Parts: sequence; structure tokens; C-alpha cells
Amino acid sequence: MKYYDKLIFELSREGRTGYSLPKASASAAIPAELSRESALPLPEVSEVDVVRHYTNLSQMNFGVDTGFYPLGSCTMKYNPKINEEIANMPAFAGLHPLDDQLPGVDMVYDEMDKALAAITGMKHFTFKPCAGAHGELTGLMIMKQYHQNRGDLARTKVIVPDSAHGTNPASAAVCGFDIVEVKSNAAGLVDVEDLKPLLGPEIAGIMMTNPNTLGLFEKDIKEIAALVHECGGLLYYDGANMNPLLGMVRPGDMGFDIMHLNLHKTFSTPHGGGGPGSGPVGVCERLAHLLPADIQNRVPAIPGEEKVGSVSGFHGNFGIILRAYTYILMLGRENVKMAGKLATLGANYIKESLKDAYKLPIPTVCKHEFVFDGLIDDGSATGKHGATTLDVAKRLLDFGFHAPTIYFPLLFHQALMIEPTETESKETLDEFIDVMHKIAAEAAQDPDILHSAPHNAPISRPDETTAARKPILKYQDETL
Amino acid sequence: MPNFSYFPHTDDDIRQMLERIGVKSLDDLYCDVPADYIYKGEYDLPEAMDEQQVREFFEAVAAKNPRMKVLVGAGAYDHYTPSVIPYITSRSEFITAYTPYQCEISQGTLRYIFEYQSMICALTGMDVSNASMYDGPTAAAEAMRMAVACAKKKNTVLISNGLLPHVREVIRTYAKYYGTTIEEIEMVEGRTSLESLKKFMESGDVAGAIVPGINRFGVIEDLTGFAEALHEQKAILVEYCDPSALAVTKTPAGWDADVAVGDGQPLGIPLCYGGPYVGFMACRKDYMRKLPGRIVGETVDGSGKRAFVLTLQAREQHIRREKATSNICSNESLMALWVTVYLSLMGPKGMQQVNDLSYAGAHELHDKLISTGKFEKAFDAPFLKEFVLKPLVDVKKLQQALREAGFLAAIETEEGLVSFCVTEKHLKDIDPLVDVIKAL
Repeated sequence: MKYYDKLIFELSREGRTGYSLPKASASAAIPAELSRESALPLPEVSEVDVVRHYTNLSQMNFGVDTGFYPLGSCTMKYNPKINEEIANMPAFAGLHPLDDQLPGVDMVYDEMDKALAAITGMKHFTFKPCAGAHGELTGLMIMKQYHQNRGDLARTKVIVPDSAHGTNPASAAVCGFDIVEVKSNAAGLVDVEDLKPLLGPEIAGIMMTNPNTLGLFEKDIKEIAALVHECGGLLYYDGANMNPLLGMVRPGDMGFDIMHLNLHKTFSTPHGGGGPGSGPVGVCERLAHLLPADIQNRVPAIPGEEKVGSVSGFHGNFGIILRAYTYILMLGRENVKMAGKLATLGANYIKESLKDAYKLPIPTVCKHEFVFDGLIDDGSATGKHGATTLDVAKRLLDFGFHAPTIYFPLLFHQALMIEPTETESKETLDEFIDVMHKIAAEAAQDPDILHSAPHNAPISRPDETTAARKPILKYQDETL
Repeated sequence: MPNFSYFPHTDDDIRQMLERIGVKSLDDLYCDVPADYIYKGEYDLPEAMDEQQVREFFEAVAAKNPRMKVLVGAGAYDHYTPSVIPYITSRSEFITAYTPYQCEISQGTLRYIFEYQSMICALTGMDVSNASMYDGPTAAAEAMRMAVACAKKKNTVLISNGLLPHVREVIRTYAKYYGTTIEEIEMVEGRTSLESLKKFMESGDVAGAIVPGINRFGVIEDLTGFAEALHEQKAILVEYCDPSALAVTKTPAGWDADVAVGDGQPLGIPLCYGGPYVGFMACRKDYMRKLPGRIVGETVDGSGKRAFVLTLQAREQHIRREKATSNICSNESLMALWVTVYLSLMGPKGMQQVNDLSYAGAHELHDKLISTGKFEKAFDAPFLKEFVLKPLVDVKKLQQALREAGFLAAIETEEGLVSFCVTEKHLKDIDPLVDVIKAL
């Protein structure tokens, strides 16, 4: 990747235009006291300037189409191009969200609802949430509304495992719940003995991801589900880690009452540099009437039972839902059964191939991802500072790989979380394994090679401290 | 083994990989899952289609939806999209990247977000913008929480009845579970009433107010006195704006607002049945550390080269967990790129022209509709591209006649008024629409 240093503002020349519009015969006659008070400081650039500038920017970016992206908990699987073609059909682009007479659109929502219900064992889904965290919040609202409708107002606490994604406690907090943390045991699973005393009449429910963020299947889930239900709480399934269960295990069958799916993970829609995603929320039959109302009226309200209100502007990210539906149609009944298995195969293959060079705190079979706790030999024996997980991550960039997720989960100090997905070939995994071995060998001999990485990226490691202390957050900003 | 184009594994690959792991079969990798949780049934899904079948399938789905000429807005505006935008935003380096955690190989994403933040600040006059939110209504709901977080002990947020219904509903939903009280400021003569706001201020519990720059009647609001009334009690003013209109209307900074939010959709994003769109959120620098969402900042790398990074992360959920004021993780990055490319192409003059054309079209339609004798003016107040009229004919019949002629227009408001909108894309549709109404 080459370094390109321009900002679009720096290409601006007064009088240059990049638009093509009909001629206007008169200016908008807005009363002076309601008019814009100052010139609009946008760049003035030509169409060619814009195309070259953003093409150059794109070339400083790494995506799944560039190379292997083993970012744990993010499920960076291949994004099929037919998904894009369908979602970009002009026939869909021109539909207004308040048009309530669109049978083709209704069908897409109905069929997606059925497909996701079949895959997860839930009854119905709402498609309004625009991301995973948004789905969590919506799901917790359903949990709260369920208890409120029953007049059970004492249930103010939600249990969250210490290994949970950071969004779990944050979502529970903004839904007005207090958070109770349950600890993991030495095997990396929710400690049932630690859970038991936490349960009681104040517990609204528990949030779990299964497999958890260590990539381990919570095998005590049956007992946990029974205990939580017995105390009157509900089980929320964080679907961020659904990929290894795709075609194998259904959260509904494990006793989960509410869940979200990340269509941008499990259902192959692109991550877009951090959105747009889609986080549909599914519920079991007894909660279905609480889902936010939708234009299709798929789950009517029950008189006297208040529904959760709307959580986003219109009908969720329709463009993303179309992509996921395309994926499901391509995958079909036959191939769905292989997706989760092959993802799990890849993760275990990497784990077993690298455990001679990286510390593996939990050696049991993993699902779609697993966590190393840094290098076995970090090179500190050379008398230099040892190489950290950050250093390994940065060195990987030099070899044309994206880095794994680092320093998460918080249970290990040097966490390095690797998730390969089912769309990577054995050759790609072998290349990655070779490079990881090479990096480990470099660290043992001379950790400074890692400290100074990346060497081949458009920039070297930036000064993040100054960025936060003296923020420059827009063009020509003075330090705030 | 599967002969499926997204799975690259050969039988031999699988055999070798299982051997390295030390298990006999793929099913053995699920030995930790209780046997009764392994789904043994057939998944109730359609049979796999090939690409050609998928294309034909969706062509048939699309054909079921009538293609309408859209002359309404109500939160989704059919502005023209320059061809450069889908071309650029389809580049796989942008689409298939994740959130830019590894900044050294994400300078493309980080730079366009920095440009996006700069442009949102340019439009709104605010000091700081975040990297984007899900959509306008959720950005407004986040602003509600931000108001409560800034005010500490006060727990009421006022929302103008002039906000679109779907914006009010999302704020109310978020507020209900967060535990915040929402009160609705009344409308008088088509505008948000300052008197009504002042009355609510008497409780002493108001943390902030969310009011539109242009309200659901299309009326350009006069917010004189709003900020003052709120600031007297250290409450914040949040303005919900149409970012396209901000090229010609007074900015949130001009009204002395503290936070500006809204939906970026009018900036060239196709209607696409309501999403993906992009919410924007910007504030004065005093509130910088309360602003939710990702923020990109400029710094230098080890050799002094200009570089961009995610910054001020101490505010965010992955650091603060339950103490974060927002649970937001992703933004709508690719849609922020969409907006950035749009604003780059348009520049100040293009933005002026879009508004001039929409203004001229909307006023032409307004006057022609009045002269049919089938509508009366609803309010005597200035509007830009969207307006409401009082219908003198049956609304259902009106809507049906328009629909049969291929127009989506005359959406009914909660007071029984009907709403129209004209953008630069629909100037040629004005006369045919008026003809339909004349024939009623």
C-alpha cells in the first residue's frame, strides 16, 4: 500500500464544480432571519478530483477482498458479490419507506422472518435494529416489557458474564438495568456455582453468547437455562458468535427466549468499514407479541399487553436484509449444514498448528474462534523488552494479513483472538500459520523487529496519546 | 463434500485438517455440545439456488412492487444521486473492511470519516462531529440521553410535536426504558411554540429540548429565544436538521444550539425503503467528551507523517462497559462515505442549486395545488421543499387517484393535513400531478 496524504479540502479551487444539475432560474427566497448566516465551507472540486481522491484513499485500506482477516468475534467471511448486485437493483433503490403497498417488499420480510426462525428456533423476528448492539438494546427492551406487563417491577438486574462483549453491559445499562457480573471458571465457562447465589426475584435475565468470547461452547447451558427460568428470568442470546452454530445448533432449542443476529457476520453482508449492519431480534412464542409493530403486521399486539415501541426510523436496513436474504437463497437447505462446521474446522486447525509458539490457556476443542495469551517466548531472554500481542498484531500487517482481535476478552492480559471463518482455504490458513511461526521466531531472536512493525504499511504506529490529549477532529481544527 | 462456491475446502483438505486436530470427523468438533442440542431435523429453508435463479427470483420480487414517482418526504427525500457515489462506495477496499481498529492499514476509512466529520461541522456550524450513527431518529434518541447525562440530576427531555412521528416514537421508546420523562412541546400556527417550552421549564427538571430546524409541516422554524430559555436552566438545545437544507437555512450554531442531529439521507442516499441511511450527531466542544459513538482524530505516525486514528475512546462501551452513556459500537461508515462523496461533488454551489431547484419546484406545486380549489393553505409560514395543505376533498380518494397515476404523494398528517415534497429530481412531475388532482 502506498501513502497518499491529501484531504479533499486541500484539492479545492474556487469555481471548480463536480456536479451536474438542471439550471436554477432563481434562488430560494428564504427570509433573511432564517437564512444560513455564513458561507458553506465545503470543497470545490471536479468530478475527476473526487474519483481519484477516493480511489487513492481506498488503496490505503485492507478488506476481506484484499486478504485474510482473522478478526475474532467479527466473522469476516467472504461477502458474495451477487448480494451487492441484488441490493443495488434500481427497482429496490427507489422505494419510499412510507409506501405501504409493496407486496414484493412484504414478501422479503416474511420470508426472512421464516428463514431466520428456521435457523435459530425462534418464533418471529423484528428487522428494525441496525446493528448488533442495537439488537441487544431492543432485546433487553422486550425483556423489560415482558416483566412490566406482568407487573413484576422488581426485576431491575441483568446478569452479564465477565467474558461478555463490551456492548452487553452497555446495552443493559442504557436500557435502565443494573448489571451483575458472573465469573468464568478455570475452564473459561460461566461458573454455575457463582451464578446460583446471584439468582432471585430482582433478576430480569441473563445475557450470554454461546459459544462465548473464548470460542468455547457453554456446555452447562441446559442447567443455566433451567436455573434462570426457575427464578423467573429470561435468557438473552448475543448472536455475535452464531456462526459456528449455523446449521448445527439452534439457540431456541437451548432455552434462549430472545436473541439477535448480526447479518453482517453470520449472513455474509459486508461490514462497510463499520456499518451499515443489521441486527434482527428474534423471540420465542410467548414473547412474540412484544416485538415492535411493523408495516407487515406480522405479529399483532395482544390487547392489554404493551408492545415495545419503534427503535429506528423505518423498517431497519432493508438493503442489508436483501443481501442476507440473497445469501440464504444461495446457501439453501443443503449448504447451511456445512457453514458452521467448516468455520469450526478452520479455528481448531489454526489453534492446533500454533499452540507450540503461542500460549493456549484453554486447550479444549473450540468453536469458530479461540484465544491465545501471547507468545510462549517473547524474546525478553535477549535482554530487550519482550514482544507483546500488539507487536505480533502489527507485524502481521507486514505479511499481508489483517490482525486478530487483541486484548479482548479481558480475561487474559495478552489476548489474541483468532476467527478464520468457513470461506478461507487450507492454503490461506497454512500461509497464516507459517507467518505466525515466523513472527514467533523473530520475537525470540530479536523482539525489536516486532516493536517497530509495521514496516510496510502506509504509516507506522501513530501517536494516539497526543490524538486524545490534543484532539484535532476536523479539517483546519485548532486543538480543542 | 459441498460443491459450493463460498466454501473452498476439498475432501482432502478436510481430511488433513481433521488429522492435524486429532479428530475423526467434523461432527467430533461438536463433542462439547450436548447431543440433544445438535439439530437433527431438516432446516425449513428453500433449496439452494444458483446465481441465475437468484437473479430471476429477485426480478420477480421487484416486479411485484409498483414503481412510484415520489413526491413526498416525511423523513426520506428523493434527491438525485450522482453516478460517482455508487461507483466509489462499491470499491471492495471500502465495503469489505471492518471498523478501522488497525489504523496502519485503515487510513482510507479513517481519512474519509475525518472528512465526513469536517463536512458535518461545516453544515451545522458545530465544533465536533462523531463518525455517524444508525439513522436520524436514533441519533435524536442518543441526544436525549446525552442531555440527561450533561444535566446530571434533571430527567425530563422536551420534544417538539413538530418532529416527524417516527422520530418522536424512537425517542419515546429509548426514553421509556432509560427512565427519562418526555414532554411534547405544542405547535402554534405550524411552528414549535416557545411559550409552550417555557411552561415546561417551570418544573425545573428539564435537561434539554429537541426541536426541528424544519418541522414535519415543512415549515422553517424560527428558534429565536429557544437556546436562551434552555440555557438559563443549564439545559441543552438539540436541533434535528435536514442537512441538505442547512446549505441555505440558519445553522444550529446560528440558533445557539448545543447539539445538532439528523439523518444524512437527503445527501444523495437512495430511498431504499428506509435504509441503510446514516444518522449524524455534532456538538459544541464543551460537550465533546459526552458525545457518543466513534470519533476520528488527526495525529502523526512515528516518522512524523500525518495519520488518522480512532480517538477519545475512553467514552466508549468497549472501555467503559456499563458506565458508557451509549452502547453504540458500529457507526454507518459506508453511508458516511456516501455523504462525504456527495458533499465533495456538490460543494457549496451545488448544494445551493439543489435547494434553489427544490424550493422553486415545491412553491410551484404549492401554488398550482391551491389554484385547483381542492386545497387551502394550512399555515402562512416559509417552507423549502416540503409543505402541507388542508384538503377540501376526501383524502383516501385523493391518495388513490394519485397512486393509480403512479404518484406517491399527499401523505396524511396526524391533524388530517396532506404533505407534499418536490426535489430537483421531480420538477417534470409537477404538472402531471396537478392534472390528476384537477381531474378529481
